[in-house]
Amino acid sequence: MADFITLRSDEPAQEPVVTLESFGDQSNATAVRIEPGEDARELLPFLGRIALVEVNFPAYTDGRGYSAARILREAGYTGELRAVGDVLVDQISHMRRCGFDSFKPNAPLDDADVEAAFARWPDVYQKTVDDRRPIWAKRHEEA
Amino acid sequence: MYQYDTYDQAMVDARVEEFRDQVKRRLEGKMTEEQFRPLRLMNGLYLQLHAYMLRVAVPYGTLSARQMRMLGHIARKYDKGYGHFTTRQNIQYNWIKLSDAPDILADLASVEMHAIQTSGNCIRNISADQYAGVAADEAADPRPWAELLRQWSSFHPEFTYLPRKFKICVIASPEDRAAMRLHDIGLELVKKDGVVGARVFVGGGMGRTPMVAPEVNPFVTEDELISYVEACLRVYNRYGRRDNKYKARIKILVHELGVEEYRRQVAEEFAHMKTLGLNPPREELARIAEHFADPAYETGLSDDLDRSDPDFALWVDRNVAQHKQAGYAIVNISLKPIGGIPGDASAEQIELMADLAERYSLDELRVTHAQNIVLPYVKKAELYALWQALEANGLGEPNLDLVTDIIACPGLDYCSLANARSIPVAQKIAQRLASNGKDAEIGELKLKISGCINACGHHHAGHIGILGVDRKGTENYQLLLGGSGAEDCSLGTITGPGFDENGIVDAVEKATDLYLAQRTEGERFLDTYRRLGMAPFKEAIYG
Repeated sequence: MADFITLRSDEPAQEPVVTLESFGDQSNATAVRIEPGEDARELLPFLGRIALVEVNFPAYTDGRGYSAARILREAGYTGELRAVGDVLVDQISHMRRCGFDSFKPNAPLDDADVEAAFARWPDVYQKTVDDRRPIWAKRHEEA
Repeated sequence: MYQYDTYDQAMVDARVEEFRDQVKRRLEGKMTEEQFRPLRLMNGLYLQLHAYMLRVAVPYGTLSARQMRMLGHIARKYDKGYGHFTTRQNIQYNWIKLSDAPDILADLASVEMHAIQTSGNCIRNISADQYAGVAADEAADPRPWAELLRQWSSFHPEFTYLPRKFKICVIASPEDRAAMRLHDIGLELVKKDGVVGARVFVGGGMGRTPMVAPEVNPFVTEDELISYVEACLRVYNRYGRRDNKYKARIKILVHELGVEEYRRQVAEEFAHMKTLGLNPPREELARIAEHFADPAYETGLSDDLDRSDPDFALWVDRNVAQHKQAGYAIVNISLKPIGGIPGDASAEQIELMADLAERYSLDELRVTHAQNIVLPYVKKAELYALWQALEANGLGEPNLDLVTDIIACPGLDYCSLANARSIPVAQKIAQRLASNGKDAEIGELKLKISGCINACGHHHAGHIGILGVDRKGTENYQLLLGGSGAEDCSLGTITGPGFDENGIVDAVEKATDLYLAQRTEGERFLDTYRRLGMAPFKEAIYG
């Protein structure tokens, strides 16, 4: 069983996270936590100094964190992007497609289930922020 | 029609395996019902009053004969021999066992079908005009756009846990046969200087707070469709209300922000998103469109019909629509026999319709939002033979768009959300107005019945709408007048106090009697209501 999953090759960030509200005033903070109603774009001026963004999922049915993650990656953020909270095995492959590269679930996940989840989709229909080429791009590769 | 390539097939197969695994983990107790619920919903599986209900997607309402036959097979093998066609061009089975669901999905996948995202707070099946490709009045074929959107919306990673469900509809004719402006996003394809683009309407819907979608963009081309729709969805996913599920649809967000502010936020997001390369190349829409090319029509066919059989002539006048190609016709098969259950078909009828599509309609059928079936490619010379086969099997009811062609939700007979039964009310109204011949006299009258305020039976959009509620433990029916889901889209107004089951039948008859007495030449019920206003109808009903 895994209570922390990372897809990154570097060490997981250990810095203490601060709230988004207080982040802007703490020039030495390098880790921040975003709650569902908060605007990820407030972090855009600071991306260069951030090592970890935690996106909290108090309930897995609240999908705002997916947009937050994708917005950060679209803006060029390359640090660790961690999904925390009610993170279940049936959502992690979608989270990965939106740019999450580590997962800290409330309840540990079965390793085999995690592996199966990441391997589930042979292809994808949309271009997002992962490096997967969408089906439409593959179809017209020759052209 | 569209055919899967190896990519599409692999995606649907992967989904079947994923769901098989999820059902297994649920049955093994590795997942709670609470964790399982949204996952089964995203595969179309609802827990109803008596059993599980499975909703199968019919993308933009289009089916081949082979697919239709599979729907009959599923009805026979896994249900009690029936299927129920829905207002979103899908089909539901009301008596499904959870343990059978993975096998049903595998059967569906074998004919390029699925139940993906037919429920849940995600982008649902894309609906479209049932006359797509054969209507004389369309600016372009909406089906390629709908298929492009189907693929884009399937397993969309950002938009799978939206505040609430999300329905998209595509039409391409000035005449709206699909209630486009009552969808979360409605697209109407139009041509400008020879280029096809979409008018984008956002924030329509029925339910507790019905709204007609306002236009947020007058023209979005294929080059920007996906990025624009993603911008619409992202603003909704981030700012749609999640504190109250009854205020969570995008219509509430658009309403609370105001359409100008919503439009501004979408434009801002779009300015960013259009730089991300999210749109497929034009070759992709062209590739899809090839699947929808016109069939090889026979030319030189006659438009003449032998109308000597009066029953046949009546059916032609009521149920057959004009085709863009000379010598061909669009046939509507009514699933509204007088006294029957609106939208229901038996396994045998489903299979018969598949056979008839193969024989008379170039292998194709459509499902309509009014819960009927369309055969889109019938030679006029073969209409009589087709009609005889339909008539012999209880499928020849000549009542398209009449007061007996009722849209009704499953209601309290099946649905765990319902407050009142819909089906018996539909049956009684149809029987009353058919037995005294008033249905024929009245002409076009769209009557729609919902068994609760969630409005699955589209009562807000009925020329006459009926809403079933629970009043102190008894079923009570409220009457609405003046709604329309068509291009003259409007929402109905409640007449006044509700009625019991027999009272609502009387009230409908009184309203139609007033119409018959007051109408002027060529006026439909809706036109007369709009001209006279509520007052005389109220007096006729309650006076």
